[in-house]
Amino acid sequence: MGRVARFTPHRAATQIASNGEKAAGWTMTGIAFLLNGTPVRVAAEAPTRTLLDFLRETRGLCGTKEGCNEGDCGACTVMVTDGGGSRALNACILFLPQLHGKAVRTVEGLSGPKGEMHPVQEAMVTHHGSQCGFCTPGFVVSMAVAQMNGRRDHDDVLAGNLCRCTGYAPIIRAAEAAAAAPIPDWMENDRSFILAQILTSDGNIPIDASGNGAGGSGGTTVPPAFRPTNSDDLADWYLAHPDATLIAGATDVGLWVTKHLRDLAPVAFLSGVTDLQQIERQGGMLHVGAAVTIAALREAVQDRLPSLAELFRRYASEQVRNAATIGGNIANGSPIGDGPPALIALGATLHLRRGDDLRSIPLESFFLDYRKQDRRPGEFVAGISFAEQAPSLRCYKISKRFDQDISAVCGCFNLTIEDGRITAARIAFGGMAGIPKRAAHVEQALIGQPWEEATITRALPAFAQDFTPLSDMRASAAYRLETAANLLRRYFHDLNGSPVSVLEVAP
Amino acid sequence: MTMGKSLPHDAAPLHVTGQARYIDDIPLPSDALHLAFGLSTIAHGEVTAMDLSAVRAAPGVVAVLSAEDFSEMPDCSPSVHDEPLLSTGMVNYLGQPLFLVAADSHLAARRAARLAKVTYRELPALLTVDDALGANSRFEQGPVIWTKGDPAAAIAKAPHTVEGSFEVGGQEHFYLEGQVAACLPQEGGDVTILSSTQHPTEIQHKVAHALHLPMSSVRVEVRRMGGGFGGKESQGNALAIACAVVATRTGRPCKMRYDRDDDMMITGKRHDLRILYRAGFDDQGRVTGLEFTHLFRCGWAQDLSLPVADRAMLHADNCYHLPDIRIESHRLKTHTQSATAFRGFGGPQGMVGMERVMDHIAHALGKDPLQVRRTNFYRAAAEPGPVQTTPFHMAVEDFIGQDLVAELERTSDYHKRRAEIAAWNVASPILKRGLALTPVKFGISFTLTHLNQAGALVHVYQDGSIQLNHGGTEMGQGLFQKVAQVVAGVFGVDAGAVKITATDTGKVPNTSATAASSGSDLNGMAAKAAAETIRARLAAFLAEKHQTKPEKVRFTDGLVHVAGEAYDFARVAGWAYQARVSLSATGFYATPKIVWDRVRGTGRPFLYFAYGAAVTEVVIDTLTGENRILRADLLHDTGTSLNPALDIGQVEGAYVQGAGWLTTEELVWDAKGKLTTHAPSTYKIPACSDRPRLFNVALWGRANREDTVGKSKAVGEPPFMLGISALMALSDAVAACGDGTVYPALDAPATAERVLAAVKRVRGDA
Repeated sequence: MGRVARFTPHRAATQIASNGEKAAGWTMTGIAFLLNGTPVRVAAEAPTRTLLDFLRETRGLCGTKEGCNEGDCGACTVMVTDGGGSRALNACILFLPQLHGKAVRTVEGLSGPKGEMHPVQEAMVTHHGSQCGFCTPGFVVSMAVAQMNGRRDHDDVLAGNLCRCTGYAPIIRAAEAAAAAPIPDWMENDRSFILAQILTSDGNIPIDASGNGAGGSGGTTVPPAFRPTNSDDLADWYLAHPDATLIAGATDVGLWVTKHLRDLAPVAFLSGVTDLQQIERQGGMLHVGAAVTIAALREAVQDRLPSLAELFRRYASEQVRNAATIGGNIANGSPIGDGPPALIALGATLHLRRGDDLRSIPLESFFLDYRKQDRRPGEFVAGISFAEQAPSLRCYKISKRFDQDISAVCGCFNLTIEDGRITAARIAFGGMAGIPKRAAHVEQALIGQPWEEATITRALPAFAQDFTPLSDMRASAAYRLETAANLLRRYFHDLNGSPVSVLEVAP
Repeated sequence: MTMGKSLPHDAAPLHVTGQARYIDDIPLPSDALHLAFGLSTIAHGEVTAMDLSAVRAAPGVVAVLSAEDFSEMPDCSPSVHDEPLLSTGMVNYLGQPLFLVAADSHLAARRAARLAKVTYRELPALLTVDDALGANSRFEQGPVIWTKGDPAAAIAKAPHTVEGSFEVGGQEHFYLEGQVAACLPQEGGDVTILSSTQHPTEIQHKVAHALHLPMSSVRVEVRRMGGGFGGKESQGNALAIACAVVATRTGRPCKMRYDRDDDMMITGKRHDLRILYRAGFDDQGRVTGLEFTHLFRCGWAQDLSLPVADRAMLHADNCYHLPDIRIESHRLKTHTQSATAFRGFGGPQGMVGMERVMDHIAHALGKDPLQVRRTNFYRAAAEPGPVQTTPFHMAVEDFIGQDLVAELERTSDYHKRRAEIAAWNVASPILKRGLALTPVKFGISFTLTHLNQAGALVHVYQDGSIQLNHGGTEMGQGLFQKVAQVVAGVFGVDAGAVKITATDTGKVPNTSATAASSGSDLNGMAAKAAAETIRARLAAFLAEKHQTKPEKVRFTDGLVHVAGEAYDFARVAGWAYQARVSLSATGFYATPKIVWDRVRGTGRPFLYFAYGAAVTEVVIDTLTGENRILRADLLHDTGTSLNPALDIGQVEGAYVQGAGWLTTEELVWDAKGKLTTHAPSTYKIPACSDRPRLFNVALWGRANREDTVGKSKAVGEPPFMLGISALMALSDAVAACGDGTVYPALDAPATAERVLAAVKRVRGDA
């Protein structure tokens, strides 16, 4: 495999990041962002202070609601804009340092300067899209972002916004009605925001003039949080602080703070490490930086790995996909993350970096045991490489709910069939063991055999050799084992062109 | 006329702009304290030691209270004083509050609450229906049994019988706004409570009791809830009492809100149950004898379990005439959260059992289940013949099932689609479709008869502006707008001219919970009475001035017409003020006709029934059990709707919530009694894409035969049970996998796992 620049141990030249911030994150004196069009500087906040708490408790912006405090209900959805565009994110698991240099718009900022409603707000009133109203601000923000980005896949856009009153129908009617309306100009303004505009000439950030305590009480020490702007600085720092927590999208780490109430220190925020956010195609391979979001990766694989793209469509929700990174999904080592089984089936190679030392290993060998990975102190996931196409790859996610649910079983199949015979097999599962795991015995039972139903049937008992799943609130062990085997049967019918997905049946 | 207009929810512009204020959004003085409970980590046992030193020492903590700090532990129960605010030694469920932390922030209180060192003497916990039955652990002495006719004899001589056991899961309310309350201490020991509650008077009563104050010293206010669904009928008591206690002791304002996980661990949910049934029937599927046993898992405290289980019995017939029936209802006490009110209040549980029986009978006879349902319908109101009665001997005088179902059959293309689906299934080995039509008949009125009363207070100011207050609470259902439309109609002004105000025990006292779908029936009538009192005074005043009769004064289009003149309503109000005419009035309403003997199970507990029917089409995957709703057609009886847009919103939302109850929403407790589905990450309410792809909703808008407000019908709960059609459609799809010899016997919720198990069952490889 040809190494690409960003995974090499060569040091990248220390550079001034495009947003004008000095590369050495240690010297950062505060977090600055645009809030509903007004520059805000945050200095004396803990680095794990969530945007939601900051909005509600410090800024008195109570339109953004707390529904679950874990990124699953979307009542706290805000719009965040940076050079990459505008995205919906969950404010409850978004830490303030992740916002540095970006523009944030809350429900209060959707209406125009004269109080005129945003088209989605108007449509929600006209189409009776709110009942109790508590989820509504989150919906409205998700819808406004989608409207601006020209999205029409409303069910996907809104999968991360739960409503308990309406049954969603009137909300979708409102989204459809507002889709074609012109984008209000006050919404466009966020896109032209660059951090330099709120920096003083010496590169410091002026105190927020609007008060409200957001400027921080003068003289308070800045809490220790490192925000590197390139992976070299990250590598050095992490080597020196191997106990630190690296925070990328915070869609999992966020819950350590909001639910487990853990103190995380020291922490490093990866949102400024642009060289880990790249995707490159080279020689039939995709090289994906660890900080690439699931949303970006989904787009990158849409054409040539449609089944993987479909799996990513159902990966958590829009808000989570916009924050979560593929590196985090892997490094976290969850046995029920949906990225690893698919990438293992693709034969992906994982790139790990420790200081200047880079190594590449097959992804499946990274997962040693339950929540135990082959990662040395100070070593971090730098990226992953995999084939950019695999016509026989199929990814099947089984969960209680189709959207925004954690898999009970995630089965990914990638067989090579030549002249009616199976010549190679990569089959990996999530939810079936303490780690994302290959079905080695099943693969062996298939390789060399003719591609026919009898082969599949003969291979089914091998699942019990590969897996001894657990029972939990998502599914029983027996169901998991049986369904895993049935997914192989589904795969057979699927490749042969039979309809196998209830999602593809039209009423 | 503003009544009957499809106006948006009154607060919609505030909702969409983030300006609508919920309790947690209301600024409190900066010295406010924030509360959190420390929770038990076992399901049953005794606290032998509780070391709270680390809790007290935690940053920001101002006070920590446990049983030893109370000479008398406040009670939170809405029924029988069996819910101590904090454990007084015994632990009865995992998640029970043991101690209370007050700190300077919500986060500080939550952090501190985790630092207690509690030791327990653990006792065996009764967690399941079988555990409780085995230990005879129950509320009331024994089961409640109602019998009509001689069902055992009827079953014995029936040509066919079916019997079965049916597990029906509970349901978490998942109101988007969690439980929250605040207390602002007032002079002289009085308190003002802000509470996200469906029952302000209950909060007032419980806080007064806890503080040893007369109810007149406690004022409770709620402008809106972020969803209730029954979950805020009694479950907010603990938070309000905790705030009142700490506020009184410290003199500082207090606020308490549950984090979502705490909310789900602490509060009650819809009752789950097992239904046993045995039915005898003839060749046509007509039920000749039927026996039901309801085994309700009520949890640790009585709460509202008795009326909930009663209502299940009251809906065990659904739309079907059952001359010989026996219903036996067990209310079992377990070491789990105390199950509570939830939209339908037992009605859905009773009804789903009956629909299961219909489905089972149809399967046994190889008939279209709709045909069997029709065969068993109550006699239509219009048909000649003696009035048929329910299992509790209430005459069914208003049955419209035949016409309503016929209309839905037509609009949903039921028969054609049923044939198409059968053909499709033959050609589709892996995926199977199913279709089902189920009807609803739901009784309207509180079964505790005295609750069927309401009050209202209307002011007209000298500038002609109108202020409305009543005892109902707004949880999203649009009650405030509907009642405002009623009042606006009385005065002949736009609904927008009526200022809606927060529910306030200081304005309208002795209110009933906004529950049992009664909100607009009761409060609409009370507000109408208040407005009519003022209108009569205005009419009398103008009539005298113009030497005409009061009944000739008309109020319409913002004008008052009298003796050929038309005056602005505002001018008339100003004149009346100057003439010293009272422009404020209360109104009161008590539902007529109802009488109910709960013990004997006879009487007329309901003023009327609300009806509806739904057709749901589903598809299942026979390899994984994955399933989804493809299409739903709903037709629901709202009487003459007060606001069709709001009513359609109730119907659509209720259907999706009802279908969620029976499909993806699964509550799971582990072997130690810990609820493992205590957050939206593990408890799955329907998401956007789970709504039916094709979703046709219509109202059956014919006038209520009873004299209700505007001849409308209550709409909050009845359409929830339209979701039962989703479960029956899944049963139909599963049945298509077999040869017809084995009934699917699909339990609820019909998760993919349960559907797959049922597929295997009908294929004989279970």
